[in-house]
Amino acid sequence: MAYLELNNICKTYGHADDEVEVLSNINLSIEEGEFVAIVGFTGSGKTTLVNLINGLIQPTKGEVLFKGVPVSGTSHERGVIFQNYSLLPWLTVAQNIYMAVREVFPKKSKSELHALVADYVEMVNLTPAINKRPKELSGGMRQRVAVARALAMKPEMIIMDEPLGALDALTRGNLQDEILNIWGKEKRTALLITNDVDEGIYMADRIIPLRPGPNATLGPEFKIDIERPRDKTALNDNPNFKSTRNAIIEYLMDIGNQRKSKTQKEYILPDLQPKSFVGHF
Amino acid sequence: MKQSITLERVGKFMGLGFLTTLKDLFTGNLEREDFISFLRKVIVPLASILLFIGLWHLGAKALFQREANFKIEKALTDQGQAAADDMKACIASGDVSCQPNTLPAPSQVWDSYKSLLKDHRAISDDKEAFIQKTATINAKREANGQEHITYTGRPSFIDQIIMSLKTVFAGFLLALIIAVPLGVLIGLSPTLRSAFNWFIQIFKPVSPVVWYLLVFMIVKTLLIYSNDDSSFIISFISVGLCSMWATLVNTAMGVSSVDKDYINVAKVLKLGPIQKVFKVILPSSLPLIFTGLKITLSVAWMVLIAIELLAQSPGLGSFVWEEFQNGANDSNSKIIVAMFVIGIIGFLLDRIMLTIQNAVSFNKNEGI
Repeated sequence: MAYLELNNICKTYGHADDEVEVLSNINLSIEEGEFVAIVGFTGSGKTTLVNLINGLIQPTKGEVLFKGVPVSGTSHERGVIFQNYSLLPWLTVAQNIYMAVREVFPKKSKSELHALVADYVEMVNLTPAINKRPKELSGGMRQRVAVARALAMKPEMIIMDEPLGALDALTRGNLQDEILNIWGKEKRTALLITNDVDEGIYMADRIIPLRPGPNATLGPEFKIDIERPRDKTALNDNPNFKSTRNAIIEYLMDIGNQRKSKTQKEYILPDLQPKSFVGHF
Repeated sequence: MKQSITLERVGKFMGLGFLTTLKDLFTGNLEREDFISFLRKVIVPLASILLFIGLWHLGAKALFQREANFKIEKALTDQGQAAADDMKACIASGDVSCQPNTLPAPSQVWDSYKSLLKDHRAISDDKEAFIQKTATINAKREANGQEHITYTGRPSFIDQIIMSLKTVFAGFLLALIIAVPLGVLIGLSPTLRSAFNWFIQIFKPVSPVVWYLLVFMIVKTLLIYSNDDSSFIISFISVGLCSMWATLVNTAMGVSSVDKDYINVAKVLKLGPIQKVFKVILPSSLPLIFTGLKITLSVAWMVLIAIELLAQSPGLGSFVWEEFQNGANDSNSKIIVAMFVIGIIGFLLDRIMLTIQNAVSFNKNEGI
């Protein structure tokens, strides 16, 4: 039995005539310790999929099984890094993380919890900013706080919803390495949602494209057979990388084109002729 | 790392940015652009104040003339030429017995202000003397278990300002204690919201006068066995009930419209219901709650005058009413003094609340 299993998931929003099926027939299974990336266009239902897995919303049809048990709500075993950081602006970096770890480890003493917070802040290199509020931090620093908050809860599985989407390329690269480092050390299961194919290939063991919604489904998976630790600069010359990358992009472009041609509706116009007013006056 | 508190920071924070410019003017490091902004921020308001006083002076003079002409004409038609001449001479001499009663000029108001201060000093001295005189008697009475002899003289203008401030703060606290918890409950529960909606919609627009009468009916009966003066209780409860609506509505709105991202965080962290309210929902709705409290305080100060006037509880409102009823020669200018005092105190209260509001506010996008 897989670690995380999604069986025939459908998710619809709205009622009756306005009903939109965002996800349809999603099947996915992730093994323990695996790093899976789901790549898709913006607006293809990626965030809905993430919220289904972490338990913020429930599927309309099908079931999400986590270690064989249906997911019915959020759990500390599945840590989430949100797309928009979602730090609480009235708390400092340390307070934001402290609030999370206090909930997860209610039995630990205050000093133990503070030490834990300090450890994870150190891990994301934010020790100098530990007492700052989010507004005093840059986007990359905020996202590192969000990463530290999710990891400090020591989840068995970590779910990342386009965590680096809003960052510039350099910060992005650094944070990718940091996340990979932590994942490598603690060997947790990870699910990364992204719109960047290169990011997926660099970080994941498997890439699964999400066909764009409405009625989004998962496409065929692509295995990434590149040894870890991967070197970003050497990766560009790796034939394996090139072929996988081209295959995924081709696949995504194909569905993109299909979608475009599909949406070209043909309108049948009534056969009307302008009336002639000549002779009426 | 604490940032130092400088004149500049405090000034900017309280919306009194011109203080910095004033400081620069005296220390001599004023640039050209600073000079222009100095002109705009200091000279222009000063000029407009002078203009206002000038217009007021001219207006008051014209009204005075109109009233005087009417008096002279009336004397002429009622009693003949001699009486009219007498009246003219009397008005010109500045005799108090025949001065026209109209809008006082700025200089008269300034004189009244000084006389009110003088009056306050006289009353304070009197009070001080009374306390010293009765000290030994009061000590004896206390030893015998009797009540103290207290000063029962007329309150001075300053005493009445202090009484008004006490009433408004008592009313404001009452509004805070009722409206914030109720607003939080209404905001949290859609059921309660629909249960309370009619209540809020109907009672919100009710006039302060009617609130006063309603509170009077209830408190009068509740305190029927008490001999104490209930006017303070009635007026502060009315002030609180009149002014609490802004806080109630804003709190409910703030609590019910917390950013979905914060709610998601609370869910993912699995915060308990109490934790969720105190750690996520309340902090994120604080800016709106304080906006409501700011409106509440200014409404409380505004309705206070009317309510004190009705309730006859000591304060600026009854001061204004007594002066109006009194009809002495300087009553009108004392009323204008009270008007300015009311305005300035209202402005200061608003500034204080704005400062607190700025301190608790955060930008919605800061954590996102």
